Amino acid sequence: MIDISINKILQSASGEMLLDINLTIEKEKLVTLYGKSGAGKTSLLKILAGLLPVNQGKIKVKNTTWLNTEKEINLPPQKRNIGMVFQEYALFPNMTVKENLLFALSKGQDQKIIKELIEIIDLGDLQNRKSQTLSGGQKQRVALARSLVKKPKILMLDEPLSALDHEMRQKLQQYVLQVHKEYKLTTILISHDVSEILKMSDYLFEMDQGKIINQGQPIDIFTKNKGFAKFQFTGEVIKLVKQDFIFIITILIGKNLVKVVVDYDEAKKLQVGDKVLITSKAFNPIIYKLD
Amino acid sequence: MIDWTPLILTFKLAFITTIILLIFAIPLSYWLAYTKSKIKPVIETLVSMPLVLPPTVLGFYMLIAFSPSNSFGKWLDEWLGLRLIFSFEGLILASVIYSLPFMIHPLQSGFSNLSVSLKEASYVLGKSKTTTLFRVLLPNIKTSLLTGIVLAFAHTIGEFGVVLMIGGNISGKTKVASIAIYDEVESLNYAAANTYSLILFAITFTILLMVYLVNGGYFKKVIS
Repeated sequence: MIDISINKILQSASGEMLLDINLTIEKEKLVTLYGKSGAGKTSLLKILAGLLPVNQGKIKVKNTTWLNTEKEINLPPQKRNIGMVFQEYALFPNMTVKENLLFALSKGQDQKIIKELIEIIDLGDLQNRKSQTLSGGQKQRVALARSLVKKPKILMLDEPLSALDHEMRQKLQQYVLQVHKEYKLTTILISHDVSEILKMSDYLFEMDQGKIINQGQPIDIFTKNKGFAKFQFTGEVIKLVKQDFIFIITILIGKNLVKVVVDYDEAKKLQVGDKVLITSKAFNPIIYKLD
Repeated sequence: MIDWTPLILTFKLAFITTIILLIFAIPLSYWLAYTKSKIKPVIETLVSMPLVLPPTVLGFYMLIAFSPSNSFGKWLDEWLGLRLIFSFEGLILASVIYSLPFMIHPLQSGFSNLSVSLKEASYVLGKSKTTTLFRVLLPNIKTSLLTGIVLAFAHTIGEFGVVLMIGGNISGKTKVASIAIYDEVESLNYAAANTYSLILFAITFTILLMVYLVNGGYFKKVIS
């Protein structure tokens, strides 16, 4: 279990912003930090990793205090034993894939884990390549594997999948879910993608302007006050076409295009590019705009 | 036949100076690249001063400071047995100060241009600052290191004013090639001056050309 209660003044593009966070993360859960860019998500991860100092606060993990400004305790990042996957991957360009993994070993640690990770994350063919020669998805897999070498109990992923195409993204979501279960990790993910969040996370924290403004089961948060449904998908509005009294909306769900009929009032609220949730209670699908 | 000692002395001086600079410049440029300290601009200014200050000014103050007739020079002489004026040791110290910016600037910009997340990733993986410096940061700024080493070396070969002020013109001790050229010209021995000059010209040209070729990746292209 992770208990965080911190205060930090951040310099953002629009001036100073107070990051004021109070939250608890349950053991072995996969939680997501969700919110606009500039909401303070990455800063929160960095604070948890010990890479960014705070003005005031406490972080307790299990029964160990990582940070307590009153008692002047501040464990350095080296002693926090976390796995972190950075937004831009941060692979070491001077090393091959295998060397990147070997570098992550703790002193005297058995090399067995590297073999195991290469197998789970399918890195066999890439072992001797330098990191600059890898594609985005490959870099991502190496970064994920590297972060797990020291067998951390906590894994943090800073929007790791945002730069990847749809297929690669789904594959990597599988890898993350697999290692999350296999190594009994507590995983913290930053993500913007609603379908990704619904698929992966147990719990969601929505952030805005440095504060947690919403938390709960992802499905509850995205469908608040929107009733029960037989099935539901999230997608993106691609096209709106008016036909007499109704609108026909084309929606991209995963890789499939779906056409849905909505009435004039509903359609007025939507525009191309909106994220929507499609549910069905009986016969006709109902569409909700997601914010 | 020309006297080879000035040339040998020049390269010995450049070699030792470069080694000392490398040892000093790595921690100093690392500090300059990452510090948020308020005294950083002052240190940066001091490091860059030799770029704009006439070498004779530097040499003059060092001559005054290290003269055994004042207390600091006397202390050095009595306690450490160091006579820094008109000696090879003095030349080394002067060259280190004089060539400092040429080593610091490439290294500092090399460190600054590296993504911060490389350093952070290494820390999160449990690696100390020293391990991170030697295994992650320095190997990734190899071109900056090479540039720094070569510029410091070449610049030391080319110095004249500082050397003349603090070292004088003692054959086999402080008479480096640049001074030998001046000396020969003064005694109207143009042929010898020309030989020294040609050798210096050829060597510095070759060194710089190598750097541009290596940093421009021309050797890699040939191999691949």
